[in-house]
Amino acid sequence: MTADTSSRTSPLAAWADRLAGLAPALTVVERPFLTQLTVRASDPDAVAALGAALGVAFPADPCTFTRGDGPFGDVEVLWLGPDEFLVVARSDLDPRVPVEEALRTALGSARGAVVDTSAQRTTVALAGPHVRDVLAHGCAVDLHPSAAPTGTCVQTLLARAGVILQVVDAEAGVFTVLVRSSFAEYLAAWLSDACVEYLAGVS
Amino acid sequence: MSATFRLPTGGLIDRDTALRFTFNGRSMTGHPGDTLASALLANGVHAIGTSVKYGRPRGIVAAGSEDPTSLVQIEQPFPEPMLTATTVELYDGLVAHGLPGQGRLASEPDPARYDAKHVHCDVLVVGAGPAGLVAALTAARGGARVVVVDEQNQAGGALLGTREYLGERLSQDWAADIAAELRNTPGVLVLDRTTAFGVYQDGFVLALQRRTDHLGFDAPADAARQRVWRIRAKQTVLATGAHERPVVFADNDRPGIMLAGSARTFLHRYGVLPGTRAVVFTTDDSAYRAAIDLARAGMDVAMVVDARPAAPSVLAARCSARGIQVRAGHVVTGTEGGARITDAHVAPLPGTEGNPETVDCDTLLVSGGWNPVVHLFSQARGTLRYDSELGAFVPGEELPTVRVAGSATGALDLTSCLRQGRDAGHAAALAAGFAPVGEVELPVSGARTDERPGMVLWRVPGELREGAPDTRFVDLQRDATVSDVLRATGAGLRSLEHVKRYTTIGTAHDQGKTSGMITAGLVAEELGVELSEQRPTTFRPPYTPVSFAALAGRDRGELHDPARVTALHPWHVARGALFEDVGQWKRPWYFPRTGEDMDTAVLRECRAAREGVALMDGSTLGKIDLQGRDAGRFLDMLYTNKMSALKVGRIRYGVMCGVDGMVIDDGTVIRLAEDRFLVTTTTGNAAMVLDWMEEWLQTEWPHLDVYATSVTEHWATIPLVGPRSRDVLAELAPDLDVGNEAFGFMTWRDTVLDVGAGVPARVCRISFSGELAYEVNVTAWHGLAVWEALMAEGEKYGITPYGTETMHVLRAEKGYPIVGQETDATVTPQDLGMSWAVSKKKADFIGKRSHTRAENNRPDRKQLVGLLPVDPEIQLPEGAQVVGTDRLPDPPVPMLGHITSSYRSAALDRTFALAVVRSGHERVGETLYVPVGDDLVPVTVTESVLYDREGARRDG
Repeated sequence: MTADTSSRTSPLAAWADRLAGLAPALTVVERPFLTQLTVRASDPDAVAALGAALGVAFPADPCTFTRGDGPFGDVEVLWLGPDEFLVVARSDLDPRVPVEEALRTALGSARGAVVDTSAQRTTVALAGPHVRDVLAHGCAVDLHPSAAPTGTCVQTLLARAGVILQVVDAEAGVFTVLVRSSFAEYLAAWLSDACVEYLAGVS
Repeated sequence: MSATFRLPTGGLIDRDTALRFTFNGRSMTGHPGDTLASALLANGVHAIGTSVKYGRPRGIVAAGSEDPTSLVQIEQPFPEPMLTATTVELYDGLVAHGLPGQGRLASEPDPARYDAKHVHCDVLVVGAGPAGLVAALTAARGGARVVVVDEQNQAGGALLGTREYLGERLSQDWAADIAAELRNTPGVLVLDRTTAFGVYQDGFVLALQRRTDHLGFDAPADAARQRVWRIRAKQTVLATGAHERPVVFADNDRPGIMLAGSARTFLHRYGVLPGTRAVVFTTDDSAYRAAIDLARAGMDVAMVVDARPAAPSVLAARCSARGIQVRAGHVVTGTEGGARITDAHVAPLPGTEGNPETVDCDTLLVSGGWNPVVHLFSQARGTLRYDSELGAFVPGEELPTVRVAGSATGALDLTSCLRQGRDAGHAAALAAGFAPVGEVELPVSGARTDERPGMVLWRVPGELREGAPDTRFVDLQRDATVSDVLRATGAGLRSLEHVKRYTTIGTAHDQGKTSGMITAGLVAEELGVELSEQRPTTFRPPYTPVSFAALAGRDRGELHDPARVTALHPWHVARGALFEDVGQWKRPWYFPRTGEDMDTAVLRECRAAREGVALMDGSTLGKIDLQGRDAGRFLDMLYTNKMSALKVGRIRYGVMCGVDGMVIDDGTVIRLAEDRFLVTTTTGNAAMVLDWMEEWLQTEWPHLDVYATSVTEHWATIPLVGPRSRDVLAELAPDLDVGNEAFGFMTWRDTVLDVGAGVPARVCRISFSGELAYEVNVTAWHGLAVWEALMAEGEKYGITPYGTETMHVLRAEKGYPIVGQETDATVTPQDLGMSWAVSKKKADFIGKRSHTRAENNRPDRKQLVGLLPVDPEIQLPEGAQVVGTDRLPDPPVPMLGHITSSYRSAALDRTFALAVVRSGHERVGETLYVPVGDDLVPVTVTESVLYDREGARRDG
């Protein structure tokens, strides 16, 4: 991770105003520059050690994520596959204690991998009265609270972009979408278009 | 003009509001609640258009989407062809005309929005008639998530076309009550004006909702006009009802001839009489109700012609009481008329007393029984069974997740429909994991409790007069007659699928909803086989026509296909770059200055790279991180050369082959640590290579300790190229010794760039141009700042941004192939002159065995060479053929190969090309010829490396 913040540009920086204009139907806020690490591990002891290093247990159930506060602050661990996880941490981590190194140390000699993928995707927070409507226009996953409770995390398509979708608060309708950086502008354009009807007050 | 056939009261229309519309140039009025068809009938208009083949006048046969004839073209508000007047809800200002079987698409783009929406439910109910409503209510009261879709603009189904009572309530009102309760139940979604048109696997159902069509000019531009609902249901209840079946007789296509049940619907739902004097021709009881209701409403019903030997006594008596004659054992043998029927010919069937007679009438109502709407059940892979009493195919089995209720099962009476609806709703909810609370109380119906199947009659018996044209129409839209069916069977066709294709019956907009069953019956009769042994034609989506605009939805224009962009994209746009599509990526093609054409711009960019310093956006290159103890071993198998021997800190170029030994990709391999590599792929193959790796790791070599992770978009990659690149980098990377001794070719270094507060970077000495070059990698976040810093730092050297075209020229001058341009899945590394990149020592790698095949070692394989046109100004077209003679022999002309790349070179001061040519490596120095237009252009074969063969430029 780098300490420099002055010379960074996030994938959706140029879209901030347009996305803000989708309120109140949909609130869309890019949460840029999060620390993201792809972790591959399957050995239970290794997975436990990785969780211990973060102070957050890795998700045991498929299609879920865990969240907690530890030595690296507020950290989420997303289940992406049987041996694949994405660790998402704050952007302002103390560079003297890189989370990547901590994870690598925790992995030890066990089979696995730790890869910095921080800029591979950007993160978009979605909420608002029509958030489920908008998502339903492009996402085939059932996002009803009974089917996708808080803590759900799936890899799916939103329109034509591959995304990781997190259910942050099922009752309140708060979601996080992680999208590949090169697809971020497409997704922003799609979200803006999907809101047209809801902004016009037609339902 | 007044609506002379509109009754003063009755129907679900708003008589207080007049809607003006124009049909076939004539201005008329109708009311909210009307369809175009009912409004036309109210104005006495039956003739809609003409038939596709014979040009005969055609009218309105049915009241719903099964109608085979009332095709109209909408002109206003927006041109739309091939809609049935029976499904167009009337709105003010509608302009339409009838069609002769074909319509006209708008020449301008459709301005309306169309979209799609996913919805999930426990129980999907298709059809909001009596069975569907009860099914939905039963499931909803149990707490299931329920979606109800219904084609009509209000719930009720067949009840909308009757005036019966359910308990104390008029059945239409009862339906409205249930629909209201459903709408008010949390977790229930009721979609009207929505047609389920396709049933697929795993409970996936597509439905089209017509959201604003009925608003005409008042449709809000912001709202999607039509929406495709993508429904995923755990359980589905099909309560899709039944279509009335006609009987075929001579001249059965005249306007004014209509299905009896549909006439009843026009009466009760729209308050419209279909004419002044009617004859009713039936084989079952249901048409008697139409006759009685119409007579009660004031229509002169002259006669009920019942093909059965005995008329039903109670109904016949009620007819007689109203002065309606009843002729049992009789049939309609033909009609007279032009744009409207004027007479019906009635005759006794053999064995019945009586004389032929002609009855004058302007309306002939027909009923030949009812066909359950089994389309969706059949799409769900449910098998159908022929019910000989009904003369129709009915659901022949139970499916685990699809249930059928109501008249879609063949049930004829309302009480059975209601009970089946409740049972299906109960079973569906239970199967979906819900226990319904109590039983929904079913209203008592006095109607149709004594309903019995009628007589099955496909066509009125009798022979065609010799030489006379056949007017016994089976498919009115396709102008297909009984003779056409007999011609098909006469030609030896036995399968209904074949007969369908031979006659085109059932291939029109209505997909044979009123003709398919009759065709099956006629074929079985003619072949003397049992219908139970005939397989009906396959029902395929869509159940009713769906426009391409609706299917496209929002995937149009910029949303049609995602344009992937790099972190540097905004800079390229601001600089006026032209872009090239590479896969989904937008890559800068070249950066023209004012007044420059492409050739000029590319020559300038090339010159800058060879003589000064230039840079490009290489971020789209695929990048894959490989970690694990066996990463080196794995790479040794993937690439043709040895990667495990690569030292940490060094880089190696590699070629990847398929199992057939053909080149599938190339790129560089960077060793980051003992157990860690970074692999680059071509832009277009990044996903393929990752999949390729995963396939081998997951299926063949799961024991290998290797993990592959895409990091393509984590990095912004900027090749900094040219003799002055070292100077530019030195100033921006103060901690890095950029000298050739300390930082040699094909090595990499990590450093911190003097940008902002310091940007960590990985710099690789890689060159795709042959020039001194540094590939600068930073996180995508920092890409723009670093690019701008390089531009600023290089200004004094004239630093020049370049695009993919210049990259192609530079690498071609060096003979570097591009996978997918020089290669086409038939090219080996040896063909490319890259034997040096194929290990002879490794025990194995993917493709090794194939490289030993005789075919892959033939001396006359096509091999990569350079071609220099003798005239240095001629630029050969890419794809042009290469031949060996200066004059073309008679065809077939022996082709030696083709041009793969062709450019104008600043460094060579001439044009040049790369080509794959038979025995190319042996032909160096020969003159070959390239046909261009009428000329044969002489070219000299050279080695593929045309510039700086000794590689003197790469270290600066």
